[in-house]
This record gives sequence, structure tokens and C-alpha cells, in this order.
Amino acid sequence: MSPATLLLTALSSLAVNKLRAGLTLLGIVIGITAVITLMAIGQGVQQSITQRIESLGTNLLFVRPGESNQGGVFGGQGSASTLTMEDAIAIQDPVFTPSVAAVAPELSTTGQIVAGRSNTSTRVYGVTPEYLKARNFDLSSGEFVTPGHVDSASLVAVLGSEVADTLFGNREPTGQTVRINGRQFEVIGVLESKGGNRFFSLDDQVLVPITTAHHRLSSQRTAQGAFNVQTINVQVADLDRMDSAIREVATVLRLRHRITGEDDFSITSQQETIETLQETTGTFVVFLGAIASISLLVGGIGIMNIMLVSVTERTREIGIRKAMGAKHRDILLQFVAEATLLSLGGGGVGVLTGILLSWALNGRSLLGGQPTQTVFSGEVAVMALAVSAGIGLFFGIYPAMRAARLHPIEALRSE
Amino acid sequence: MDVGMIELREVTKTYRMGSVDVHALRGVSLTVDRGEMVAIMGPSGSGKSTLMNIIGCLDVPSSGAFILDGEDVGNLGDGRLAEIRNQKTGFVFQTYNLLPRLTAQANVELPLLYGNYGSSGNRRRLAEQALERVGLGDRVHHRPPELSGGQQQRVGIARALVKNPSLLLADEPTGNLDSQSSEEIVALLQELNEEEGLTVVIVTHEPDIAASTRRVIVTRDGLVIQDEPNDDPRRANPFGGPQEE
Repeated sequence: MSPATLLLTALSSLAVNKLRAGLTLLGIVIGITAVITLMAIGQGVQQSITQRIESLGTNLLFVRPGESNQGGVFGGQGSASTLTMEDAIAIQDPVFTPSVAAVAPELSTTGQIVAGRSNTSTRVYGVTPEYLKARNFDLSSGEFVTPGHVDSASLVAVLGSEVADTLFGNREPTGQTVRINGRQFEVIGVLESKGGNRFFSLDDQVLVPITTAHHRLSSQRTAQGAFNVQTINVQVADLDRMDSAIREVATVLRLRHRITGEDDFSITSQQETIETLQETTGTFVVFLGAIASISLLVGGIGIMNIMLVSVTERTREIGIRKAMGAKHRDILLQFVAEATLLSLGGGGVGVLTGILLSWALNGRSLLGGQPTQTVFSGEVAVMALAVSAGIGLFFGIYPAMRAARLHPIEALRSE
Repeated sequence: MDVGMIELREVTKTYRMGSVDVHALRGVSLTVDRGEMVAIMGPSGSGKSTLMNIIGCLDVPSSGAFILDGEDVGNLGDGRLAEIRNQKTGFVFQTYNLLPRLTAQANVELPLLYGNYGSSGNRRRLAEQALERVGLGDRVHHRPPELSGGQQQRVGIARALVKNPSLLLADEPTGNLDSQSSEEIVALLQELNEEEGLTVVIVTHEPDIAASTRRVIVTRDGLVIQDEPNDDPRRANPFGGPQEE
């Protein structure tokens, strides 16, 4: 039988019972729509997170302390306090680290920020003037921390846009005062919004001079009484020199820390952070797809069910076809074609409704808070179609085999 | 030497029904030459339908040899049997066995889908010719429920003829028809046999029908008990009822 004849035969058989074919189709339509839509949402979230991190600059290195190991008890990475302000200054020396463009150490603590009757609890970062450039931030008003502020440990603060909103609403925060952990700070500027979502926001933070954070807000000291920092942000002169920058920074720190064995610090690049995060969010996307696939599986079982009913109902037809010279293969193909047509038709409609639905959902708030973009990818659509064809084959083959195996005489005898 | 159209040698057929073996055929030997028109008669359970199914390649013998048109069919696989059904034999059923949702023409085209019979245009033309041959040229686009019993059986005959077989098998072709339609069908079969030299085998339990053929074979209990030529076959009268004796 030619493919065209096969297709026509399958179509006309399905057309006999339109409602039944339609309902069976619907099972697959719902499954494929769910897969397409959820994948579009998942990929949208993944893309927005990645973009947000990339907006911080990709030529960044983060130097963090290694694991603490006291009396055999290991803490997590960054739990040791081995990095100091002096380390940050040393890394800045162009003689030893020619690939480094800027160094911005930071010291992080939490704080309760109060302005008049409003208050909020957020991260407070002690930073140096280089921070603005290294982390790719802009100011929406006022000025940033100056070297003078750092030298004198001034009680000044730069607010993230979300903190500014929470505390001051529409009023201009610059020039106002806030209290951080009970101390009075003057607001000297507000950061421009970088956007974010509930998983990850760069606007919910307060920046103060690093010396102020050290002396007034936290007091972490090494055994030697040095000035501790948690992270040293290193901006590399250009992307091609990432590897040499990592080597230079590591060499300086090993010499300073007199390390002969294992490093007591770790250096990660922004690129690695993005990759790790993409892996995590990728798992999230796959997970969403997997949930949606369950409904696809149910749809497939629906097809199998209907095809089994159809084989029973059409036993006589199968007998007639066999008596007319249809071979095992002809009958098998006919029923597999019907099942595949059902699933592929459902897949096609499902892809279309999926595209429409993700387009309709684009920019709406889904997971609470910020709007979510949906990213529709052709790859997913092609995959969905392939999967639905596969479902038709997989769930159609058993009923088709039952049909093909019927003995012509017994099939002709059935009513 | 002319080879027989059908040659059966000591053919047996045993079915297993539950724990009992049913001997439908107990050793049938039979030869039918090209161009013959034969009736097979016998009471229910005499094995005539089983014989017909074997000759029509719908079933295979349990033992013995069956040679159809020079080809030993007894030991062929399902695939080759299907090809023989498609190319060499045309089968006409008591219950017509048409697909009700297909038009007369699509029903007649059905066997052509399973062989090499050219383009869809060619297949349609062959189907229309076959329908004209049985006198249904004006019913090409009717569906079986819109046709009378006799017309449906004509569609069944057209479907058997469409691939131009060398052997036409009819299993109780008039069993569901009134006498007028029966006469028409028998007249059509006689015509095909006489004018086109088609070998025709009819299973029937109606003496009238049997009397219209040139040879009558009677079976009982899975054996051929009588096989006699009929030198003066009755002419079926398609315009009246069956002739009164």
C-alpha cells in the first residue's frame, strides 16, 4: 500500500467516529500544550536569571576563603576567615597582577534598616569605591562611596533601589538619614535597579564603606588582628586574560599566606557561576517538563485504549481486508498509522495552543511578584512533535499487532 | 499437459475445539480443471465450507497436498497466501462482507490496494469497469446500505473480479437473497464462466443452484461421497423466478 493510500485509509477510518477521535486527540493536545507552556516558562526564568548575572559583567573573578578546619571539623566553603583587606590591596599591585583591572573587596553582614516608621531587614555590604565599576552598577541619584569615606569610616550608605522604595517610597532618599543596627547613617546615593525576581535580587541591598562595616557593624578579625573580608571581587582587564588573572591572584595569595600545601582560598569566575546556575535552573526546566509529560503519558494510554476498542469493533473489517489479500504488515501499518495520526495531530494542535498560551502568559506575574518572560524555542516544538509521534507508535503498536495477528476466517465470522 | 486449476490430494483438516479434535475433512482428493463450473453441496458440518476456505487460501490443510494453478499451496507462509488471495482467487461471501462506510467503487477497489495495480486513477477505472461488468455502472457511488441485497452481492462479485482472477469462489452466494435476486446472481456466474472461461466453484445447499452447474460434488462427514458431471445444466432465468420442475 502506498503511503498516500495508507494515510487516506487511516484518515477515513478515524473520520467514522469523529467525537471519539477528537476526545482521544484532546488527551495528547493537553499533554503537549502543558509541556510547551511549562518549558517556555522554565526557559524564560532561566534566561532572565542568566541575563541578570551577565549584566554584572562576565570578566569577574571572586576570591573567597576556603573551608575552615578546626580540630577536624570542616565547615562549608567560605567558612574560614583567611582573606584580609591586606590581601585585597596586594592583589591590586600591577607588578604582580598585570591582568587585574580593579579589585573590590567586600564585607557582608545583615542589618535592620530603619527610616522614620519604615524598616526592612537586608544584606549590608562593606565596599570600596571600586565596587561600583567592578560589579557594573550605576547610580540613579547621589554619589557612591568615595576613598575619603573609606579612610574615615564615615557613616554613609548607598541604598539598593528596592530598599529605597521600601523605606522612602516616592520621596528622594539622598540626603535623608537611616538607622542601620541602631547607628545613624546618611544616605548619599541610590543604585539603579538591575531587576530581579524572588529567587535572586540585586536591588535588595545596602552598601556602606568597608571600613565602616568593619568597625561599626561587624567585627571579624583574624587571630593576628587583621581586617577580614569575605569576598574579593576582581575585575579582569579583558575576557581573554581570565586564566592568567586566576594564576596571578593565586600566586600572590599563596605567597602571602605562606602556603605549601592546599590553598586556603578559592577563585571562581563569573562564567562558572553562570554555568552552575544554568545547570540548576536547567534541572528545574527538565523537572517542569517531566511533570507535563505525565499528562502526555495519560494521553498515550488513551490512544492505546481507543485503538484496542477499535480493533475489537473492526474485527470483521480486518477479516475482509485479509481475505482480499492484505498481509500481516498491511494491517499492522494501517492501525499504527491511525494511532500515529491521532497522536501527531494532537501534537500539532498542542504545539499551536502551547505557543499561543506561552505568548499570552509572556510578561505576566506567574510565580508571584515580578513578571515572567516566556521563551518559546523551536527545539522544544520539534521535540514535542517527535515525542507525540513516538507515543502514537509506542501505544499503537500493541493494538495493531493484535489486529494483524487475527486469523482471516475467525475474523470474518465475528459480528 | 494441462494442469488442473485445483488439485487436492488426501487433504485433511482437524480443528482443536477445547480438548476435542474436530475432523472437518478426513481425506479429500479432488481435481477441478480450468474453465469448469462446479457446485459443492452437502449438509451443515459436512466440511464444505472448510474445503472452500482451503481452496480460497484462507486456511491451510492439516495434511495432504493442495496445488492451486500449478503452485503447491499447502506449505506456504501467511505472506505468500495473502498474495495468492490477492492475485489468483476471488472470493464471494454469503453475507457479502462489504465495508458499509465505503462506496461501491471503494469496496471494489479494496483488493487493488494490496497488490501492484498501478495508480489510484487506474484502480478507480478498474473498479468502475468491474461494476459495469456486473451491471452496476449506475451505482458506483452508492454505499452498501443504500443497495438491495442482490445489488450488494453484485458489488461483492465485482470486488472478486476486479483483479482478474483465474478462480472465482462463491460460498453460499445466494443464501441471503430472494429467489429473483438469486436467479440474477447465478445467471451472472454462468455468464462469467461461459463467456470469459473463469473457473467457478460454488458452495450451496440449494439444489436449483447446483443444477445450474456442470458438475456437482457432494460432501458428507468430511469426505466426498459423490462427484458427478451434469451434462444438461439448468439455465438460470434472470428475468423470472426459478423454473418450476
